[in-house]
Amino acid sequence: MSAAPLTEINLDDIESLAVGAWILGTGGGGSPYLGLLNLRQLYAQGHRVQLMSPLDLDDDDRVAVVSNMGAPLVGQERLADSRNIARAVEMQQEFGGFKFRAVMSVEIGGGNGTQALMAAAHLGIPIVDADCMGRAFPEAQMTSVAIGGLKPYPCTLYDPRGIEAIVTKVPSWKWMERASRKICVEMGSIASTSKAPRTGREVKDWGIHFTTTAAIRIGRLVREANRLHADPIAALLESEGGKRLFTGKVVDVARRTTEGFLRGSIAIEGIDDDRGSRLELSFQNEWIVAWREGKAIAMSPDLICVLESVSGHAVGTETVRYGQRVTVVALPAPPVLTSPRGLEFVGPRAFGYDLDFRSVFDERSSAGV
Amino acid sequence: MRRIGIDVGGTNTDAVLLDGDKVVFTVKRPTTMDVTSGILDALKALRADPAARLPVDAVVIGTTHFINAVVQRRHLMKVAAIRIGMPASASLPPFCDWPQDLAERVRGEIFMLEGGHDYDGRPIMPFDTAGMRAAARHIRDLGLRSVAVSSIFSPLDPSCEIAARDILQEICPDVAVTLSHDLGRIGLLERENAALLNAVLSDLAVETVAAFRNATAESGIDAPLFLTQNDGTVMQAETAIAFPVMSFASGPTNSMRGAAHLSGLEDAMVVDVGGTTSDIGQLRHGFPREANAVVEVGGVRTLFRMPDLLSIGLGGGSHIDRASAKVGPLSVGYRLTQDALVFGGTQLTATDIAVAAGLLDIGDHSRIARISSDLIGAALADATRQLEENVDRMKTEAGDAPLVAVGGGAFLVPEKLAGVSQIIRVPFGDCANAVGAAIARVSGEADQIFRDLTRDEAIAAALQIAERKAINAGADPDSLKTIEIEDMPIAYLPGNSLRVRVRVAGTLDRIETSREVA
Repeated sequence: MSAAPLTEINLDDIESLAVGAWILGTGGGGSPYLGLLNLRQLYAQGHRVQLMSPLDLDDDDRVAVVSNMGAPLVGQERLADSRNIARAVEMQQEFGGFKFRAVMSVEIGGGNGTQALMAAAHLGIPIVDADCMGRAFPEAQMTSVAIGGLKPYPCTLYDPRGIEAIVTKVPSWKWMERASRKICVEMGSIASTSKAPRTGREVKDWGIHFTTTAAIRIGRLVREANRLHADPIAALLESEGGKRLFTGKVVDVARRTTEGFLRGSIAIEGIDDDRGSRLELSFQNEWIVAWREGKAIAMSPDLICVLESVSGHAVGTETVRYGQRVTVVALPAPPVLTSPRGLEFVGPRAFGYDLDFRSVFDERSSAGV
Repeated sequence: MRRIGIDVGGTNTDAVLLDGDKVVFTVKRPTTMDVTSGILDALKALRADPAARLPVDAVVIGTTHFINAVVQRRHLMKVAAIRIGMPASASLPPFCDWPQDLAERVRGEIFMLEGGHDYDGRPIMPFDTAGMRAAARHIRDLGLRSVAVSSIFSPLDPSCEIAARDILQEICPDVAVTLSHDLGRIGLLERENAALLNAVLSDLAVETVAAFRNATAESGIDAPLFLTQNDGTVMQAETAIAFPVMSFASGPTNSMRGAAHLSGLEDAMVVDVGGTTSDIGQLRHGFPREANAVVEVGGVRTLFRMPDLLSIGLGGGSHIDRASAKVGPLSVGYRLTQDALVFGGTQLTATDIAVAAGLLDIGDHSRIARISSDLIGAALADATRQLEENVDRMKTEAGDAPLVAVGGGAFLVPEKLAGVSQIIRVPFGDCANAVGAAIARVSGEADQIFRDLTRDEAIAAALQIAERKAINAGADPDSLKTIEIEDMPIAYLPGNSLRVRVRVAGTLDRIETSREVA
């Protein structure tokens, strides 16, 4: 094992990470607040988390991929306990008979953006500056490692009552989603999980790199702008190469659950430059397609983020409400998601929309936006 | 029905007498340190009117006393916190997200016990009654006199919290017990925080309600006493002793409800212009629209039912910057009658501008004779711009809406505002708070997850629960109206899980005053 340079993540970085991860959650993934509380405590107890670059991994290193699975609403009651996610990782080590070099989150967006840090704090290993989505997505097969055709098993699931489950083998990522979802529901619709372990090579080839630092950077920009009473959204767009799609007021929210997901749409009536116009956003846990005058102007996997117009903080699909003043922005998606194979997993058709993916950031189509 | 409404604010104690829907008499007196004598003064002045000597059916008090105690860290007691739901939630114990100074002041002891429920009603673990008995003995030995109990998913199944209370009542019967499911919705930390805040106010609630009762009795009024709560409805004085936090936001709520009553409008925008700030809100069905997000009280995250208000630094005492003609956000506040130019002071305020513009006739006009008409025009234009922008921010629908302007600084609201169909000024608008208290209604709420029901069935079931709660709290069953229905499918949960929140309210049934509150 080579000695890789590590950077210590300080508590202020974590406060920023919570804000940035919520924005990268593109409306889903649950609020990172409970993870932030756990990390404040761990840091108060003297724990520290180190960050390592994915490029510094050795090819045969093992990397744990963690996520808190289940309904965000259940998490609001049972809360998040940092030790649970660490136990899920230990189960993988016991099952595989090896030690992990580092840990990473399956998704940087939303509450899962802080799960890797909680595991790392307890296990005394660094986190990798990478994830498998670069944002949040509703389903387990919507990851860069699934796009890469990597092995979907084994997956460990832990419940603090002492229930430990391992899905040892499945033929596909879709089956992993189905089998593990059943176990998760029995555990109370919340489970700490450690997904199929990855090698250092796999993380270098298929991980989405530098997303932890991106979330910290985004959160810091927004917090800094709030402190200075500057425009946090302008700062975000400039830093991340994003695009402002629409500014307005939420005038309609329609939600429904189908097949265990939160689906629906919101309508935003324009103000300022967008006065007289209307934007509709369709969602499945996360914002998926933005429609203007019946025309799709932005779609997954481009990141569609709905932000409070003044504070720049994210607005979630579960919490968006009538009358909120919001600005809708798009951020560029990681290239692996916009590749032809990537679009099969996370493009508009993967969510049931008969649309050819056109990126907001594609110069040729920008005239229509 | 004749009612007295009293608003105990930070500066003034206002009292109004309503006969039916009609305001008969109003008085304004300074709020006193002991609260009681200010109320007594106001009531005495009120009783000086012959009409007010006739019997009254109810006295309804709105107060910011309890929220101020938390914000100012005064009169708070040490409490025990009991969390039921181990091993879940273990790493985030009670008080974990409180400001340190407040936590240190009120944290007595923390007990974390096995028990609680999952979203589907199954127990997480069997309730640890032996542990609960040990905790109760420990609380008794420590001499703690107030306890907050919170159990995981107690809004769906409160049985663990109720069992805990029974044990506490057996072992330490003098302890005040707050159960979280009585106060909040889904969201353990926020609900537990509400229960803890309630517990720390227990002594103050007993004392304050006793002071209110004394003041009413001493002024010779023989009528049941009610306090208004955050959502513009009343609770009996007995309930207020048990749940002081339910009155946290009653001040602004009452002013909006008063504005609705005085204007006769159920759906309108409201601006309450005070000395330092203007509070802008929206009336829907005669009630203020509630904030949906997390509300912080004294730095503590809660999920109280609070009106969605936008406060801007625009009021009668706002400083005027002579160079830019900007109004506010600084204000002379309660020193208006000393510091404003027309009162002999040296600070140019919004009140001075209003007098100079002929909108208001108070104080010494000669002291503002040299203010240029350009500055007057520019300052009024700035106030107009601020009001237009922020009223529009609070609107939930496009199109013009009527705006009811109340409060002592309502003269700053011009006759025309963009986005506003009509500016409505009402008599007694400066006592809108006390009027709102007098007309407060009785409500009931349900907030639960329903499974395997159609949306209509789930809403009907929730309405039934809410109506029962309202009737138990003293509402006339025939007057019940649905105030709010909100439904929310729950992602990832199987079986078409739907979270439904409904609220109903009705007029206070004047005969029944001693019913039990559910």
